[in-house]
Amino acid sequence: MAFREYKIGARLFGLALGGSMMITLYMPALDIVSVASTELGLRKGLSYGRVGGFSYEDPFLQGWGKPQTVLLKKDPKTGRKIEPIYAYVYKADVPFTSSIRHPRILGTGVKDLSLSKGRIGEANEDNGAVFIVAEGRFDGKTVSYIENATATKSWSPEAVLNTGGDVNTTYVGSGKIMFVREGCWWCHTLLPEQTQDWQVFGVPPRLGDFNSESPTAFGSDRKAPDLLHVGSRNSSKEWMMMHFFNPRLVQPHSIMPRYDYLWGEVDIDGKTIDYDKWRTEYTAYARGESVYAPDVPVPARDSEARYLIDFVLSLK
Amino acid sequence: MLKYLFAKNEDIPPGTAAVYFGMSSILWFVIGTGLGSFNAAKLAFPDFVMGSELFSFGHMRQVHVMAVIFGWISMAFAMAMMYITPALGNTRLWSEKLGVWNCFLWNFGLSLALTLLWAGMSSGREYSDFPFFIDIYILAFVVFPLGLNVWMTVLKRRTQGIYTTNWFFAGACFMLWIVLLVGNLPEYFQLTGLSEAYLTWWFAHNVLGLWITPVAAAIAYYTIPKITGNPLYSHRIGHLHFWSVVVFYSTPAAHHLMSSPLPEWLKSFASVEGVLILVPAIAFVSNLLLTMTGKWHFFVDNVETKFTITGVLMAIPLNMQGGFQQTRAINWYIHGTGWIVAHAHLALLGFSTFLEGAAVYYGLQTILRRKLYSLALANFHFWFLLIGFCIYWISMTIAGLIQGAGKIYEVPYIDVVIAEHPYMIARWVGGTMVFTGNCVWLYNMWMTAREGTKIPEGRLPHELAYER
Repeated sequence: MAFREYKIGARLFGLALGGSMMITLYMPALDIVSVASTELGLRKGLSYGRVGGFSYEDPFLQGWGKPQTVLLKKDPKTGRKIEPIYAYVYKADVPFTSSIRHPRILGTGVKDLSLSKGRIGEANEDNGAVFIVAEGRFDGKTVSYIENATATKSWSPEAVLNTGGDVNTTYVGSGKIMFVREGCWWCHTLLPEQTQDWQVFGVPPRLGDFNSESPTAFGSDRKAPDLLHVGSRNSSKEWMMMHFFNPRLVQPHSIMPRYDYLWGEVDIDGKTIDYDKWRTEYTAYARGESVYAPDVPVPARDSEARYLIDFVLSLK
Repeated sequence: MLKYLFAKNEDIPPGTAAVYFGMSSILWFVIGTGLGSFNAAKLAFPDFVMGSELFSFGHMRQVHVMAVIFGWISMAFAMAMMYITPALGNTRLWSEKLGVWNCFLWNFGLSLALTLLWAGMSSGREYSDFPFFIDIYILAFVVFPLGLNVWMTVLKRRTQGIYTTNWFFAGACFMLWIVLLVGNLPEYFQLTGLSEAYLTWWFAHNVLGLWITPVAAAIAYYTIPKITGNPLYSHRIGHLHFWSVVVFYSTPAAHHLMSSPLPEWLKSFASVEGVLILVPAIAFVSNLLLTMTGKWHFFVDNVETKFTITGVLMAIPLNMQGGFQQTRAINWYIHGTGWIVAHAHLALLGFSTFLEGAAVYYGLQTILRRKLYSLALANFHFWFLLIGFCIYWISMTIAGLIQGAGKIYEVPYIDVVIAEHPYMIARWVGGTMVFTGNCVWLYNMWMTAREGTKIPEGRLPHELAYER
């Protein structure tokens, strides 16, 4: 080979690149895989489903194949009143989040309790399953773990959805898909910074807050407020609805695009949304020719707008 | 192009692949900057083109980024490799046919990938937005054939040593392959959490550090000595540059995530390594500026030198920023602000675009044996690119500093948005100037291929006078 003169150089090149891979990939990986999931991490992973970017079940990011998050106030099996609890409902054939498929990524303690007390190993994608987050003791410490309520309490996905009803059901997983597809994260970061940010935008994420989340969509180019804790600052569905339809309705100086197209064809009552008419009326309002802005249609139950609002409000 | 896809390798004229790559890269540059200008307009005037999902900012931003990185920058690199590697090895390209196929599959794949991305099929990871099957396509049909051609040409060379430029080309092709393979692991294996976040930025950092920066610099190592006739000031400093890129630029990926909960040792290590980026940068800039000794009139007379030296000079602010903005002392102020956007454009639209622009200008003239159609249009292009870029860079840097101040003084965010508005308009003006300049460039190169003065055998393009 014509590299005879370059034997030393070629080997040094391998050594240099290999060394840098060792330090930047292998060593951090050792640290990262040992991180135990926090309660928040468990809840995020369970509500987002398997993967938030391109996936086989949802190639064009329509929000298909994602779990629902249901706020339960009654036991779906017995009908008795219980302390309100979030249940993460995976209907049949909805792929489980990565931590159910590979419990190892939950980290020591969380993995052990989820498998032993939570019985997540018994969950089956073909039949669907309901998961909740429970607390237990491991090695003398309180640890949150995942409980497979289908196995431990015989809660079926259908029963949980029926008991919760539409009012208590949120499409957080599908909403995360909207957040990724519509590029919200090109402007709104999900990473309050450790220096000054946290007084305004809330605490920065901790280790273990996203063990089963992908993509993390931290964002890098902030042109708008950080959203990691937006649900704590503003929990109004109406405000979100107006803001997504036309941000200038609630914030005249906003440079956010209008996301009215996420409403689709019809509103919650099945009435066709006349966008041209709305825009004409809004323009008249913006010019000061009319006193009131036109009403924003309430998004249909299965509209992308509803998914996105559910996701944003879930960011506590 | 189609007629050469199925021709015998010997029947394809040398340089064909380079010409196709060169023209494609200019076309992608026009498309990419057009998208950029459109996006900038949306940031300045949010109701500009509304009511359609496809023309929303969130769907188009990544298309702009990927079009300029994989279309313009990387194809211009491929163009440079297709003619510089054989020239420096005193031989022909190993396989012209592979080069033509490479160009065809690259254009096809990129068009498909950008269409899907535009439609919303994204992995949701910055700089590696393409879904995993497109990543595999890029590995197999874009980067692998390119690397194979470069490596085989270097191996079959008819010179004794390997000139610095070819060291860089061969090394970078190999490193890009590794970076694409490893950086997209989260997509192949559905990795989650910090692993996903870290590998996203590992990829984003290394694709710049081990592909774009070294290849752009390697081009300058060729164009300046070739055009001025001065030998490279020091081949050994060139080697220092190469080795320090491999050692120092491949390690600081974590400095993109200084405020994430990554291990502290990793962030500190990355920050220190990040400052060491000044070693290759100083080696590169000093080497080329010293090569210019006695030939500085080329900086004024010759359009390729003008482009190259401008790019080299931009490496100074680029690396001063790059080296220090990632330290904790500065990062807390400017992280996530428009400053970073300005810095990214300084690297891609400033530094590397000017270096590649020279390679494409020079390569198309030498291979086509045609003198540039119009010097006036080339100068128009240069100045529109430079002024447009400067407007963009300065306005975004100021916007970033405002944003940083807003961040530390806890100003309500909407006040930051209002304060940034004039700079958003300036950014749009700058971006549109760049786009306009590129349209002129496309016309100029097209006319060069058709009507440029024929260059006689044995002469170099810059030795001939311009006719227009």
